[in-house]
Amino acid sequence: MRISLTIMAIIWGTLSITMLLAFGEGLKRQLEKNRRGLGDGILIVWSGQTEKPYRGLPRGRPIWFKRDVIDYIRDQIPELEAVGGEYMNWGREITYGEKTISEKVNGVLPDYEFMRSLYPMPGGRFLNKLDIERKRRVVFIGNQLRDELFGEPGSPGYTDPVGKMITISGIQFTVIGVMQKKQQMGMYSGPDWSTAFIPITTFETMYNRRTLNNLVLKPKGVSQAEFIKDRLYQILSSKYQFDPADKRALSIWDVIESARTMNKVMVGMQIFFGIIGGLTLIVAGVGVANIMYVAVRERTAEIGVKMAMGAKRGQVMAQFMLEALLISAIGGGLGLFISFAIAAALGAIPVQSEAMEWLGKPTISVPIALVTIAVLTMIGLISGYFPARKAASVNPVESLRYE
Amino acid sequence: MIKMRGIRKVYDTGRIEVEALKDVDLDIKGGEFVSIVGPSGSGKSTLMNIAGCLDVPSEGTYELDGESVEGLSMSQLADIRNRKIGFVFQAFNLLPYATAFENVELPMMFGKVPARERRKRARELLERVNLGDRLDHRPAELSGGEMQRVAIARSLAMKPKLILADEPTGNLDSKSGAAIVDLFEELWKSGTTILLITHDSTVATRTNRVVYLKDGMVRSQAREMAADMKALKERKRLDTMQ
Ligand SMILES: Nc1ncnc2c1ncn2[C@@H]1O[C@H](COP(=O)(O)OP(=O)(O)O)[C@@H](O)[C@H]1O
Ligand SMILES: [Mg+2]
Repeated sequence: MRISLTIMAIIWGTLSITMLLAFGEGLKRQLEKNRRGLGDGILIVWSGQTEKPYRGLPRGRPIWFKRDVIDYIRDQIPELEAVGGEYMNWGREITYGEKTISEKVNGVLPDYEFMRSLYPMPGGRFLNKLDIERKRRVVFIGNQLRDELFGEPGSPGYTDPVGKMITISGIQFTVIGVMQKKQQMGMYSGPDWSTAFIPITTFETMYNRRTLNNLVLKPKGVSQAEFIKDRLYQILSSKYQFDPADKRALSIWDVIESARTMNKVMVGMQIFFGIIGGLTLIVAGVGVANIMYVAVRERTAEIGVKMAMGAKRGQVMAQFMLEALLISAIGGGLGLFISFAIAAALGAIPVQSEAMEWLGKPTISVPIALVTIAVLTMIGLISGYFPARKAASVNPVESLRYE
Repeated sequence: MIKMRGIRKVYDTGRIEVEALKDVDLDIKGGEFVSIVGPSGSGKSTLMNIAGCLDVPSEGTYELDGESVEGLSMSQLADIRNRKIGFVFQAFNLLPYATAFENVELPMMFGKVPARERRKRARELLERVNLGDRLDHRPAELSGGEMQRVAIARSLAMKPKLILADEPTGNLDSKSGAAIVDLFEELWKSGTTILLITHDSTVATRTNRVVYLKDGMVRSQAREMAADMKALKERKRLDTMQ
């Protein structure tokens, strides 16, 4: 009874420590994937409205980025690996054959391929310099856009989109590539998988647009992000005539920074969960120690007999240590087994709900299993040690006294 | 085998000190079959504990098998108990969850006897005490006499020179008690030194020599002992009459 309760406590402790760590690990991996999906270590910059009057100019003046700002930033901040800007147009009619859908069209530069992780599937390519220079009517499409227009690969009626003509806002484009499927959680203008990417120059003439929606910057090193943010305020404030301290004039989304804080939060969560699980296990360990103390008390006569027969201190202790280890091994083994079962069961559920996608799938990594086993062994040893020591200090004369 | 000089043992129970043994001299030669008799509380068990290196005297010297045990470590004393002494107790003190066979194996485990030899010897010993057909029985499945025979087999496991038995027949009916004494006699004839504590004068008379203990002292006067014995017998007679 006592033993089964304690084993339950160890199972519960093991379960909570592994499951909580596993959820943390799953979440961490999911976040990592998301960050990769949006682009690794990039800054996204939007123009805003001035909040402070500056050199006679009134407040509330909007700032507009034109395409020349891209070259300007590239010249002024050599610490950047790449600079890009983009135009967007939502809800454009896109047609292939009989099918018409309405989706987002982006005008972008070739650097977007690596800045925003827009990698082509084999057989296709992303936009290149010549496409920009010659204002070619070529398009790189997201994988979901492909599914809607051309069907999913392998399904009946599927056609390879590369080289096919599609119509965007009434103008014919040649499909040059399809984006590889990717996980994208972080987004600022809609998912890449249902976007049509065309050359920035083609976009300008087609939609007669000159104002960029936003800039995307990629620093050479992750550690430079802060410095680049400062530099950006300096150089853009002089170009657009606003107070460098006017935070409203620009807004910057630091994907690196948010990923880093998220990471910290995650690590924090794992530590927190680990501590909760650890405490449960410690309580369970106290339970084991208690059982062992009772066992020692109940078996003092037996201990005395063993001593009379020449058992050494270590031989008397070994029995109790082993018993404590056995109890925690049984509980821990069952706990780990159940954790694996739960993780496997959750892993088998197809990701459907938003929440699940955000949480990620619980993942029991080897380190998690090892940490749990180490903790269980420690608990077994410690909770066995003190009762065993008590057993070894039994006075055989007292315990054998028989009146 | 046993040489005790001026042994004194004081139990300090905190408030009161009990002097269980006062100045005991005792010599037992190898191959003797000696019984210790005396009233309850006279210090018999205390004497046996000291003889068995389970306890140390407060004063005096003790030589076992020609070697002084003074100043030996716990571990060394455990070794002596394992190799030189076999204990038999009134309450049998077998491990309840272990079979007869496993109980006999136990001292050999502590003595690190190889498994094969251990099993062979455990079987032999149980056959010797006529329990060859009870190897896998647990204590609860055995009678008192059988349990005590398992305990004797266990005490012989490490081929000790000295057997110390504290009231081994105390929990047995007279018939199985007599069988146990037969067994001791047989062991003595094969060369083992036996020290047997008893209340029972019929048991005591079967040994070579009787040491009479009273109030923590060895009394040699035969008369005093005889008087005590007579009183004891009288009491027993009255007990049975009632
Ligand atoms: N561990 C002990 N602590 C205190 N007193 C004890 C202890 N063991 C024995 N005694 C006392 O010492 C005396 C002798 O006890 P014991 O040797 O057991 O006598 P016997 O075995 O002859 O009945 C008794 O008065 C008993 O109460
Ligand atoms: Mg006694």
